[in-house]
Amino acid sequence: MAKTTMIKAITQALEEELKRDKNVLVFGEDVGRNGGVFRATDGLQDKIGKDQVFDTPLAESGIGGLAVGLALTGFRPVPEIQFFGFVFEVMDEIAAQIARTHFRLGGTRKMPVTIRAPFGGGVHTPELHSDSLEGLMAQTPGLKVVIPSDPYDAKGLLISAIRSDDPVVFLEHMKLYRSFKQEVPDGAYTVALDKAAIKREGKDVSIITYGYMVHESLRAAEDLAKEGIEAEVVDLRTVSPLDEETILKSVKRTGKVVLVQEAQRQAGINAQVAALIAEKGILSLEAPIGRVDAPDTPYPFSDAEQIWLPNKADIIEKVKETVNF
Amino acid sequence: MTQKIDFDALKTISPSEIKPLQVLDENGNVIDPDFFPDLSDEKIVELFKKMLWSRVLDERSTKLNRQGRLGFFAPTAGEEASQIASEFAMEKSDFLLPAYRDVPQLVMHGLPLEKAFLWSRGHVLGNEYADDLAALPPQIIIGAQYVQAAGVALGLKKKGAKNVAYTYTGDGGTSQGDFYEGINFAGAYQAPAIFVVQNNGYAISVPRAVQTVAPTLAQKGLAAGIPGLQVDGMDALAVYLVMSEARKYSVAGNGPVLIETLTYRFGPHTLSGDDPHRYRTAEEEDEWRKKDPLVRVRTYLDKKGLWSAEQEEAVVAEVNEEINEAMKKTEQAPKQKVSEYLQNVFVETPPTLEEQIAKFAAKEEE
Repeated sequence: MAKTTMIKAITQALEEELKRDKNVLVFGEDVGRNGGVFRATDGLQDKIGKDQVFDTPLAESGIGGLAVGLALTGFRPVPEIQFFGFVFEVMDEIAAQIARTHFRLGGTRKMPVTIRAPFGGGVHTPELHSDSLEGLMAQTPGLKVVIPSDPYDAKGLLISAIRSDDPVVFLEHMKLYRSFKQEVPDGAYTVALDKAAIKREGKDVSIITYGYMVHESLRAAEDLAKEGIEAEVVDLRTVSPLDEETILKSVKRTGKVVLVQEAQRQAGINAQVAALIAEKGILSLEAPIGRVDAPDTPYPFSDAEQIWLPNKADIIEKVKETVNF
Repeated sequence: MTQKIDFDALKTISPSEIKPLQVLDENGNVIDPDFFPDLSDEKIVELFKKMLWSRVLDERSTKLNRQGRLGFFAPTAGEEASQIASEFAMEKSDFLLPAYRDVPQLVMHGLPLEKAFLWSRGHVLGNEYADDLAALPPQIIIGAQYVQAAGVALGLKKKGAKNVAYTYTGDGGTSQGDFYEGINFAGAYQAPAIFVVQNNGYAISVPRAVQTVAPTLAQKGLAAGIPGLQVDGMDALAVYLVMSEARKYSVAGNGPVLIETLTYRFGPHTLSGDDPHRYRTAEEEDEWRKKDPLVRVRTYLDKKGLWSAEQEEAVVAEVNEEINEAMKKTEQAPKQKVSEYLQNVFVETPPTLEEQIAKFAAKEEE
């Protein structure tokens, strides 16, 4: 057990699985010699070998096709999309091929593919590097969409994803890669793909969120506690399919809900959680569901991202509005 | 076995030197005895029977579609040399990634005919593949099979299998980004893949010349650094020769090959309302019908005394019987259930779907 960053925890998870199973293959643009643009695969090619860790030509759809073909020949592909904003180039392979193969073949073939990609705002990238596109993935039947918020979860969830026989889109928020360290066990361990986590307990309001917004929410909760409001913070971890049980139990406990996502409002994860609560938890509600999210524009020019991104202050404001309804 | 084609030389050939390769001329005569595939007379008869099978299947499928007993159908008549002779050169353990017109190859590769019919009718049982069937169902997204073929080929190479991945698209498919990504990835990894472009002159209605100003589609291999060659796609023996030679070359670890077959579909694009006379002339169709791939092989066999009208009649009757039997099985398929669909979305069905499964299971009980 040692304190480590999320990026190192991800590297550890990849290394564990590459060693455990020779059929695990890690590939993508710059993942070999260079160890990935964020160093997620740092040193893996040297340690494990070029058979299992290799560079690809620069073409995302080709990377997706490679994953399909390798899965069909008995491998467990873990492709990296260099930035998730580039996903549009590989949408067909992810949404129309990988996600549907098990269904299309009536359950006679499977796609144990884990697609990893960095995403998320606040790090001053050029356009189409920071977008939160998990909603697009969540709308696709056949995909599990996982977004860890800390090093411990990242390692355990990634190991679960790689071992899963279903395709998983595994999104890593860039702002979390190196922003803090956490105790992470040595060796392999798993965190369940279908369970949300209570990251802070509280009786007055449930803040339901995921990814980097877990941290803005936890900071908001600290401040709110000073004013006597005890917020519970639920980290979804897997945004599709949702852990309905954990969500509904929390809502039942607190009776008040604020949903927080970094993505734009339209058709996002918040909307799905809100619909779930409206359908199955409405009798527990003592106030309208509060929503904190980004405005419905494309991801902004990076110099404006701090105004555009939801933050702690937005969460505090919405929680107070909800609690004082 | 020595290679009859110098594939390595094709990697650096000038595009103007790319010419369609032929074995038989239109009168069924052998052009160059030294340039003949390793096929016994018996095997050529077997190949011809398969082509005949495909022609009858095409005719019957068209009728069955008109009767409402089959669904989606993309006619294959005219493309038998390109389709059947290419499949004939492959092994069962090679991996086939077909497009939607390539159902005959899929059936030859091991998909039971009733499953092909069920696929056409839109029934999941048509896509439930036996474990040992090395194939995917027909790809609908033009070009997607090319990038996937690169992946299968890399997988075969990594496993040390002495097999190839082979895939088909049309002339229009070469305009897709996935076409180039597929051949380039396979080239970069020197993976055993055979990429077939069945150039039948039209992408639905858009003529070949509108797709690209490149004089051939085979030359697109040059940009990826892989051998590309053109073959008379109405000449079954030429297609067989090229495919079997390409397979040998690729299995030996020399990387992928791109093959452009020059062919023609006698019928419409699909039976879903396409009228070829909106975009091509009856004169052009007549010219191509003179090149009928069946006629060419039949004439060759006739001259050698290897085929007779009686044999042909017997084969046609057999094929019709096979189709009738398959159709019977097709029509006995059980009704599809959404509750079962829901269980096939994931290997591990998440709890969120349980409610939907229960709901549909209850409905389906009624």
